[in-house]
This record gives sequence, C-alpha cells and structure tokens, in this order.
Amino acid sequence: MNDVADALLRVRSVSKTFGGLLAVDDVSFEIREGEILGLIGPNGAGKTTLFNLIDGVFKPDRGSIIFSGQDITGWSPDKVARRGLARTHQIVKPLNELTVLDNVVVGACFGSEHLPLKAAREVALKVLDEVGLANRKDALARELTIAGKKRLEVARSLAAHPKLILLDEVLAGLNPTEVAHMIGIIRAIRERGISVFIIEHLMQAIMNLSDRIVVLNFGEKIAEGTAAQIGCDPQVLEAYLGDPNIAEKLMENG
Amino acid sequence: MLKRPFFWVIVSITLAFAILPLATGDANLRESLIIVAVAIALASNVNLMIGYTGYVNFGNVIFYGLGGYIGLYLTTVRGWPLIAAAIVAGVVVSVFTLVFGMSILRLRGAYFGLATIGVLEAMRTFVSNFNPWGRASGMYVPMDAYQSLGGPMRAVWISYLLIVAVMGSSLLLSLFIKNSKFGLGLFAIREDEDAAGVLGVNATFYKAVVYSVSAFLPAVAGAIIFFKNGMIDPGGAFDLTLSIEAIVMMLLGGRGTVTGAAIGAALYEQLRGYLLTSESLSNFHLVIAGGLLLIIILFAPEGLVGGFYRLLPRARRVFE
Repeated sequence: MNDVADALLRVRSVSKTFGGLLAVDDVSFEIREGEILGLIGPNGAGKTTLFNLIDGVFKPDRGSIIFSGQDITGWSPDKVARRGLARTHQIVKPLNELTVLDNVVVGACFGSEHLPLKAAREVALKVLDEVGLANRKDALARELTIAGKKRLEVARSLAAHPKLILLDEVLAGLNPTEVAHMIGIIRAIRERGISVFIIEHLMQAIMNLSDRIVVLNFGEKIAEGTAAQIGCDPQVLEAYLGDPNIAEKLMENG
Repeated sequence: MLKRPFFWVIVSITLAFAILPLATGDANLRESLIIVAVAIALASNVNLMIGYTGYVNFGNVIFYGLGGYIGLYLTTVRGWPLIAAAIVAGVVVSVFTLVFGMSILRLRGAYFGLATIGVLEAMRTFVSNFNPWGRASGMYVPMDAYQSLGGPMRAVWISYLLIVAVMGSSLLLSLFIKNSKFGLGLFAIREDEDAAGVLGVNATFYKAVVYSVSAFLPAVAGAIIFFKNGMIDPGGAFDLTLSIEAIVMMLLGGRGTVTGAAIGAALYEQLRGYLLTSESLSNFHLVIAGGLLLIIILFAPEGLVGGFYRLLPRARRVFE
C-alpha cells in the first residue's frame, strides 16, 4: 500500500471510445513523485488520447484519474492546470501573435502559482534562459523555428511551476544537436523535482531517459517496466516488429 | 499605469475634447465631436471583444440601444437624474450581458457572430412590442425633463461632457485591460482558446467577463445620447448598421490596439460626415464602409496602426 501513497498520478481503468473506436481501453498505471515515466506504442496506439484524458481535454467514459491526492476525473483543462499539471502539445500550439516572453508569462500567470504579472515576468525570463530562448524573448512566437516552438511549449509548462509535466513528442522533428539539447532540458526538469510523463518515438532517447516505461497498443496497456524489461517483452516486440513466429504459424496452418 | 506615456496621451485628448468646444462655445464643433466621441467609445469597447478576445460581436449596438431605453425610461418615467440613470443603465445591461454571455459564448467563431445578429434582431422585435417602452413608436423626452439640468441648452452641454468622459473612460479601460493579467488571458484565448485552457486560463469565465465589461460604457453612452436627442425608437436603437460600422472603425484603425480603435473611429466619422453632406454621394456611405471593410480584411488585416508599427516598431511602446 505504500506504493499507492507515493503515487503522484494514479490512472485507474480508464477507457475512451470515439464512435465505435476504442481509443483507450481499460488502462491503469501510476506515476511516482520525481519519476520519469515513458509512454511508447505504435502510431494510433492512443498515447496522445491518454494525455488528453489526463489533462481534461477529453472526459473518460470509464475509470478515474487521481492527481496529487484529488480525483480530477472530468475536470476542465484549466482547472487541472491550476492544480499543477502542465503539458506540451505534439502539434505545437504557440500563441502566435504574442511575444515569446508573453507566451511564457501566460504559463506563469495562470499555472499552479497564480502569479501576478510582474512576478510572472521574472519567472518567465528565468525559464526562457533555461531552455535557451532568452535571446528570442521579444520575437513573436510564430517567428520561431519548429525547434524553438517545441522549446517554447516546454518553457510555458515549466513556468507554471507544475508537479507533473506531460511531454508529447518534444523530440520529434528535431536534429541531433537539438535533440541532445532537449534531453538536457528534460533531465534538468526532473532534477527540480518535477515528475515527467513523456511520449516519444525516439527509442534510444526514451529508453535512456525513463525510469520506467508503459507500452500501449490499440489502446491497451501491453507492458510496463524498466527499459530492459520492455526491450525483451515478446508482446512489445510483436507490436513494433510483428510476430517473429508468424511464418511458422502460417506454415503450420497451411 | 501613470508611468505609461499613452495614459497621458489619452488624458490630453479627452481634455482637448472637453475644453475646445467649451472655450469657443462653438455648437457645430460640439456636435461633430460628440459623434466622434461616441464612435470612439463604441469602437474601443467592441475592440475588447474582437481585437482582444477574438470574438466577433455583431450585436454590440444592443448595449447602446438597451442602455438608451433603460436610461430614457428612468429619466422620463421615473424622474431620475441623468447621471444616476446612465450608470444604472450600464450596470443593468452589464449584468444582463454577463448572464447571457455564459450561454452564448459556448459558441465559437462564425457561430458566435451569427448568434449575436440573431440576438440583436430578437431584441429589436421584443422592444417593438413592449408596451412600457412605447412599442414601435418609442419614447420621447418631455421638455421639462431637461429642467433639472438647467434647461435644454445646458443639458446639451452637460450631455456632451458626459459623453467625452465616457470616451476617455473607454480608452483608459482598453489601456488598462491591455496591460493587465486579465488582458493577457484574453489575448491567449484569441490566439488559441484550447492552448489557453491547457495553460490554465478559465476561458468560459474570462469571455463572459469581457463580454459584460464591453457592454457597460456603450450602455452608459446610449443612455446619455438618447436623452440628449430627446427620443428613442427600436429602429434607431438596435441598428445592425451601427454595429457593423463600429467594427469597420476598429478594423480600419487596427484591431487589438487602443490607438487603432480611436483613430479608426475618428477617421471613419470624418469620411462619413463628408459623404453624407456631399450632394452626389449622400447615403452612399454604407457602400464605402462595405468596400473599406473588404479592402482592410483582404489587404491590411492589421489596420493602420498595425502598418505603422511595422514601419516604426518602437511606436508599439508609446501608442499602445
């Protein structure tokens, strides 16, 4: 039971269907304080949907989500954000016509600390420095490169001073130098005591970063464990590479 | 606030509006300036919805017309003093708008815009059939209602100064919101409502509040103007054309900026005044307004002030 008490986020038997499609099917897991939990799975496995269920963009059909000791199932995204849960978007959503600085100030102002403008600006400047966007602070958000926009997403959520941050493919579309930089940022987030839940397709990166990994396939959790455990799980290999014994099975049946 | 140069620009313009006609005693000047002042007030407040929050409100004239009706009812039927009637009209319209906004603001984009047109038409039909407000023929201000202000002549001047105060307040309100946390939340909603929500902005509440705030000063202005004019009727009070003109003014000057709404309103009224008085072009002004709207949206969506910012980026800090 000790385990349960330590959990920052507990997802219990959560399901979501869109029309006839079961996008997330009875998924349960938890994230401990200070942990980096990875989430992997083939395209369309329901990873982003799971994020949307956790932060309130969608309401689950069944199941519950407990964050920091409180049942947040069905809360609106803004309420969840003020409770200390921040996220980035796979398809970046910069506030285009606002400056980079103002984008981050929004995060600081409306996040878990409800900072007034002036204090929020100081926090934002510090965060921009950490993610390496300080020299672009007066540019409009739409002028940033894709790598810049990804960093902006991370900066905005960091400025909110969250307990848990959901990172949705922040490495996708970056070149190797930018990837290395972003991995440094993610490690630094954890060192500040913030838990991280991260979706990533870049296997090497996520295997290195994560303390544990959850694997989804067709909306179902098919495995959970350390990188080493996941790496030799037959179900995971099958989901990614196909069934290694498929040829034999076909021959037998034929 | 006091440190912002533009605060003092607004104060100076408002004082100039107040002093110039008073010092010269020029009634013509007063009458042209009062039209400009009302236009600036309406354009500034519609800017809070469209320019700041990204919600196109075609029904913005409802605030003005409903304020006019409530104001006239309180001053003539109930015998209230003008200032009290105008403020109460503003508060009533704001509260009404807040409650109403909670439901209508669930709609986004074009659907919200369409709904506001429907509401405007519904309101006009309702008032046209509402007995206490004189149905389709409207209400008149009896001459003795002006006695408490020292006769009709003085009442006109007092109305003028009150309208100038409403104009100044509208500009200061726009400036204040633009530099506040509330304003930042509105800008975030304008740029991407879903992203704003994920960042913690309570969009439902913010939208309803700004909708309500944007109703207050236009309602006060309506109460004063229709009292000054001496009459009100549903067609004049709930005129879709005036709503659209307020939007054109705001877009012409530059949406989302305080300066833009003011300059656009002043320019548009100049143009309209010229067209209305010129013999060959009389009543042609709506055609021009329509053409202007098209040109702005197609070629200069950021308006005059936006273009000015591009030429002179530093101007952004002074002319907000």
